[in-house]
Amino acid sequence: MTAEVTEQARQVTFLEAIREALREEMQRDEKVFLIGEDIGSYGGAFKVTEGLHAEFGADRVIDTPISEAAIVGAAAGAAMMGFKPVAEMQFIDFISCAFDQLTNVVSKWRYRMGFGVPIVVRGPCGGGVRGGPFHSGNPEAFFANSAGLKIVEPSTAYDAKGLLKAAIRDPDPVLFFEHKFLYRLPRLREALPDEDYVVPIGKAAVRREGTDLTIVTFGAMVYRALDAADRLAEAGISAEVVDLRTIVPLDVETVLASVRKTNRAIVLHEASRTGGYGGEISATITEKAFEWLDAPIIRVASLDTPVPYSPPLEDFYLPQVDDIVEAATKLSAY
Amino acid sequence: MSTLSREQHHRIHYFLRLTRMVEEKLGNLSAQGKVIGSLYRSLGQEGTAVGSAAALEPDKGDIAAPILRDLGAVLTMGGTPTEVFQQYMAKNGPTRGRELNIHFGAPERNFIGPVSMLGEMIPLMAGIALGFKMRKQPGVALCYIGDGGASTGPTHEGLNLAAVLDLPFILIIENNGYAYSTPTDRQSRLTRLADRALAYGIPGVTVDGNDVIAVYEATREAADRARRGEGPTLIESVTFRMKGHAQHDNQAYVPREVIEEWQAKDPITRHERYMLENGIADHEDIDRLFARISAELDAAVAEAESTPMPEGVTALLDVFENGVAERAPWLAPIS
Repeated sequence: MTAEVTEQARQVTFLEAIREALREEMQRDEKVFLIGEDIGSYGGAFKVTEGLHAEFGADRVIDTPISEAAIVGAAAGAAMMGFKPVAEMQFIDFISCAFDQLTNVVSKWRYRMGFGVPIVVRGPCGGGVRGGPFHSGNPEAFFANSAGLKIVEPSTAYDAKGLLKAAIRDPDPVLFFEHKFLYRLPRLREALPDEDYVVPIGKAAVRREGTDLTIVTFGAMVYRALDAADRLAEAGISAEVVDLRTIVPLDVETVLASVRKTNRAIVLHEASRTGGYGGEISATITEKAFEWLDAPIIRVASLDTPVPYSPPLEDFYLPQVDDIVEAATKLSAY
Repeated sequence: MSTLSREQHHRIHYFLRLTRMVEEKLGNLSAQGKVIGSLYRSLGQEGTAVGSAAALEPDKGDIAAPILRDLGAVLTMGGTPTEVFQQYMAKNGPTRGRELNIHFGAPERNFIGPVSMLGEMIPLMAGIALGFKMRKQPGVALCYIGDGGASTGPTHEGLNLAAVLDLPFILIIENNGYAYSTPTDRQSRLTRLADRALAYGIPGVTVDGNDVIAVYEATREAADRARRGEGPTLIESVTFRMKGHAQHDNQAYVPREVIEEWQAKDPITRHERYMLENGIADHEDIDRLFARISAELDAAVAEAESTPMPEGVTALLDVFENGVAERAPWLAPIS
């Protein structure tokens, strides 16, 4: 077998990277267990946990009734007993059913009681897969306003694995949003290191360097931003793309460093615009780097509507490369 | 005749009296303007809280999650009167001023504090029970809920999960007649809330909540069952809330004759009578107990009063293990 073939064999998808993180963390630490709906022998709705039930048994890959509040609550209780539970929401939209557990029980626990609740709640988020109003959501902003929850959303296979490991090892609760559009996207296949690694929570990455404007984004929108940056380059506009990787805590320094360089910013996300996390990023830039700005900050986000199902509707709803290019063109001419 | 030893009866009676006298002391402190916020009484319900908590075995790891009217369970499990006074006075006590009243505790202390969203502790305590099961430890998780809280969604989800996973879990529904101003018959069509157990495929028992011995024995039986790996039990403890929801509530919606009826069933008087009639205690013992608790509480109040308030700037701490919350960026940094 040639080295090239070996390299090819180790290429993994975004989804496989997540599974590798789960498997390796379960091998590393017997306190790590999984809990959720249909995650056992069935392997989960998206097959993220496939094979883990066979490898680790029903005691560590626990199937539950359809009870998101109970899944998160039980994870929290087990965490207080020294375990490191990873709870799966079958679709992240259903995290709303555990909203009270997350925003009132889990997020406030360390502050109230002096000891943490180290759980990970993970699941597939995002649209573009014709999932309709209840299987396409991006709920990060609902939780960003609840102090005590970390929120992570990776955009690469390397980050997905490294950030999920970091989340499982974190002493505090972490919401881990996996954009389902990325799960098996061929473009994201990559060879991962053989050795154990983590990607630290709270550190953004500059995915493309540029000088004229900054696009601050995360998750699947990173690729829309990169595609837009290609188009903008053809028009002579140099766009820098900042992938937040972690939504809370926000890597303010990386965002500000980019904006101080380019003096113009677009904030791009897939959730609806009003009340979206883009407003928070925009306000942070304005508070801390106002004098560096040459133009208003533009938010590019989805419509203020539910996520519609039919392809022409959903495509109209989601930010497209054209939308980003149009916004960037106007911004650079400001 | 109960199976309790003389020593156990004395221990239970101590915690019954202690609970009532702590609350009376809190009433005095409140009248003096020293309590910040409202005072929630468990008058008349001490038998349920103390009897159930006394049945647990902390040396086996058992953990209770008392709710608002379970001061007796907090004290029985090891919470101290000083801590309760510190909490009610918003001092730098067990929660360093972040939380109110009996919202404190930790698993290693065998009790954990509640949240105000009723029922949410049930899935969480199912998780504690799951922890016992996964560690193959003999511990039992005991959770409390009221007749009102039992109407919430997480109550169902948590109890169902505990049942499906066969967890060492006990849920006590304290049916005290009213949820704030709403009578139990507006919470449920059931006349016997323990019948809900049928829906989960687990045993459900109804017990006289003002009979501390009956509560103790029902809880002990449920705990033994849980320890044998036979899963959860639902216990309905029928009692009565003798005061309003909180201090401001004069309970005008409760018929006077109902209050009088339950006054005659007071759990502490009843247990005292039981001890006297069965030669377990005499009047001198009871008098000595009063004097002992009075002295303990005077000392506890003094300690709580001398505890400082938390410093405002500490509000920034402990959202996460690492890191300090940021103050508004336009304000001067904190040295």
